[in-house]
Amino acid sequence: MTSVLVAMSGGVDSSVAAALMKDEGHDVIGVTLKLWEGSGGAAPTAGCCTVSDSEDARRVAAQLDIPYYVLDHTDVFMGGVVDRFIGDYLSGLTPNPCIECNRTVKFTELMVRAREFGCDAVVTGHYAQVRRERGAWRLFRSVDEAKDQSYVLSMLGQDQLANLRFPVGPLTKPQVRDLARGLGLRTAGKPDSQDICFVGNRDYRDFLADHSRQTVRQGTIVDQDGAVVGTHAGVTNFTIGQRKGLGIAVGEPRFVTRIDPHTATVTIGRRADLEVGEVGLRDVSWVADPVESGASVTVQYRAHGALVPAVVHVDPDNVVMVFDEPQLAIAPGQTAAIYAGREVLGGGIISSSG
Amino acid sequence: MHYVDHAATTPMRPSVWRSMEPFVAETFGNSSGSHTISRKAKNALEDARERAAAVLGARPLEIVFTGGGTEADNLAVKGAALAEGRRGGVVTTLIEHEAVLESAAFLESIGCPITRIAVDGFGIVDPDAIAGAVDADTAVVSVMAANNETGVIEPVADVVEAVRSVRPDVVVHTDAVQAFASVDLDVGELGVDLLAIAGHKFGGPKGVGLLYVKTGTPLEAVLHGGGQELGRRSGTHNVMGAVGLATAMEETASDRASFRDRVADERDDFEARLAALHGDAAPTVGSVPRLVQHAHVRIPGVRNETLLVRLDGAGVAASAASACQSGAATVSHVLESMGYTPDEARECMRFSFGWTTEPGEGRLVADIVAAEVKALR
Repeated sequence: MTSVLVAMSGGVDSSVAAALMKDEGHDVIGVTLKLWEGSGGAAPTAGCCTVSDSEDARRVAAQLDIPYYVLDHTDVFMGGVVDRFIGDYLSGLTPNPCIECNRTVKFTELMVRAREFGCDAVVTGHYAQVRRERGAWRLFRSVDEAKDQSYVLSMLGQDQLANLRFPVGPLTKPQVRDLARGLGLRTAGKPDSQDICFVGNRDYRDFLADHSRQTVRQGTIVDQDGAVVGTHAGVTNFTIGQRKGLGIAVGEPRFVTRIDPHTATVTIGRRADLEVGEVGLRDVSWVADPVESGASVTVQYRAHGALVPAVVHVDPDNVVMVFDEPQLAIAPGQTAAIYAGREVLGGGIISSSG
Repeated sequence: MHYVDHAATTPMRPSVWRSMEPFVAETFGNSSGSHTISRKAKNALEDARERAAAVLGARPLEIVFTGGGTEADNLAVKGAALAEGRRGGVVTTLIEHEAVLESAAFLESIGCPITRIAVDGFGIVDPDAIAGAVDADTAVVSVMAANNETGVIEPVADVVEAVRSVRPDVVVHTDAVQAFASVDLDVGELGVDLLAIAGHKFGGPKGVGLLYVKTGTPLEAVLHGGGQELGRRSGTHNVMGAVGLATAMEETASDRASFRDRVADERDDFEARLAALHGDAAPTVGSVPRLVQHAHVRIPGVRNETLLVRLDGAGVAASAASACQSGAATVSHVLESMGYTPDEARECMRFSFGWTTEPGEGRLVADIVAAEVKALR
């Protein structure tokens, strides 16, 4: 029997993760990380970290008869995730704050807390699998392809995986819900959260308008030849591949193909102009061993996106993924996760595309 | 489990529960009715009012029963500021309980002038600074009798004197919710116009408190309705709660001297033992007047949130004294006002002793705390 720290969000997956750990006979401590707060320190009422979410987690913990605490990590989340999210949009990027949170806040803080509380491992409700194979900890996709979350975990390394468990990884979502119903957990029928936790169910543009101290600069919309075809209220309103909201009618559909925050210029083009043959990555990390240059892999470059074949080119300064087939609308700032079959090899943040 | 969080709430005294039992089923009447069953309830309520008044040195009709300490503070601050159709000013301190601070913030939002006076490094209020902020617009001054986090005792009688020398007609309120358990409180000696207490802090039931309202004090109601409590607090009376509150007040008052001795011994043993094992784990306000039941200590390098979790696992229920709605520890506004940085404030813990504390428990708890601190260092 070991002592484990379960990160409970108030959703069904982490509820079942806690129940499974308890069932295996571990000493379980449940925690909710309070990452975000409304004005005056009040818990938000929409999105994640709401009072009702932590109440659900608290009630499930009580039902499982495990101690439960809400831990305040708002400072580090604000600095590591929210400020960066805002900065990225202002820089013309399309950030993925959930991955940034996993990368810089959530797992680091959970590991620290587990050690402080005398726990041996951290447990979450992610749909992914960790196994020790070929002399190292390996990360694999969930058995439930529709719910797989290995993409958002692709930045995890050996130190973290050695102390991490994902009990629902070998299960499908329907199985998890059945288990929850069988145990009579109040979260059994709770809908999956979809929103960015700190933005909630509003448009991210409204959030940026409220929280960015920097005034968004108006600019021009140009076509592929650089001819001005319109104006816009700020680059944060756009993401690569966006078709709606351009305010331009020119017959054939037009898409955002490039965002230049320095000149506040948004470039539009035809579908063919969105095609990307390769992407460069920054902040690359490998789960176990670095992938050799020239290796054939598959890549997922957006949450819930498909796996597409590519070849990795590694030189001392950067990692480039060359796709077998051109891909459409890849936004710098998003994460690319690199796979061999079902195994996650690593990942990085897309810094350039061409 | 060692319960050292009596400042948050303390177990109900058995005699209190016994005094309340007849009013659960047998004497269930609405004290506002005219028939026999109602009259019995009304009689019990007024008996409780007389007993509560006697403990505070007040007259019975100066007691307004409320649904707890927060409601009593709301009634005091809002009621006095808004009395007689005014938008009166409030002078208070930065270290009050949220019930006072948030009431003041609400009043500010509807146009009342609010002044919040800073405190010194121990959280003590300067009576002259309070009096100096009182002007022609001021309707009410609110200064707590003792701070709920640190236990520091405020010079309320001096505040009253200083304020009266400037404006004799300004209403002075004191939030005595935390103080009542161990401090002899006589409204005549204090000279205040309003005083709030809450039953559950000294062995009474939760959800019941009272506001002492000196005869002649202008006060607008916060709860409007059937006009109970002379129109100062509408709503069907919590007869059972009022009876329990009065019993707890009587027992607390008659037991206070020995309570202070017993609890001070345990608190002092706790602090001495902890300091012996970790020389830098020092009481924050040990050199100033403070409640005997409070040990407020700073343990450098140890985050209070973490220590609380470990102590919970080790069988000690304590507090960081400041938590948000979700239960996460937040940085205390009291410690911030005393000049602590957020990181320093996160190293402070409150251990509070009470009527169920056993002889030797202070030392025992200190040993457990010391062991957990050692494990974290």
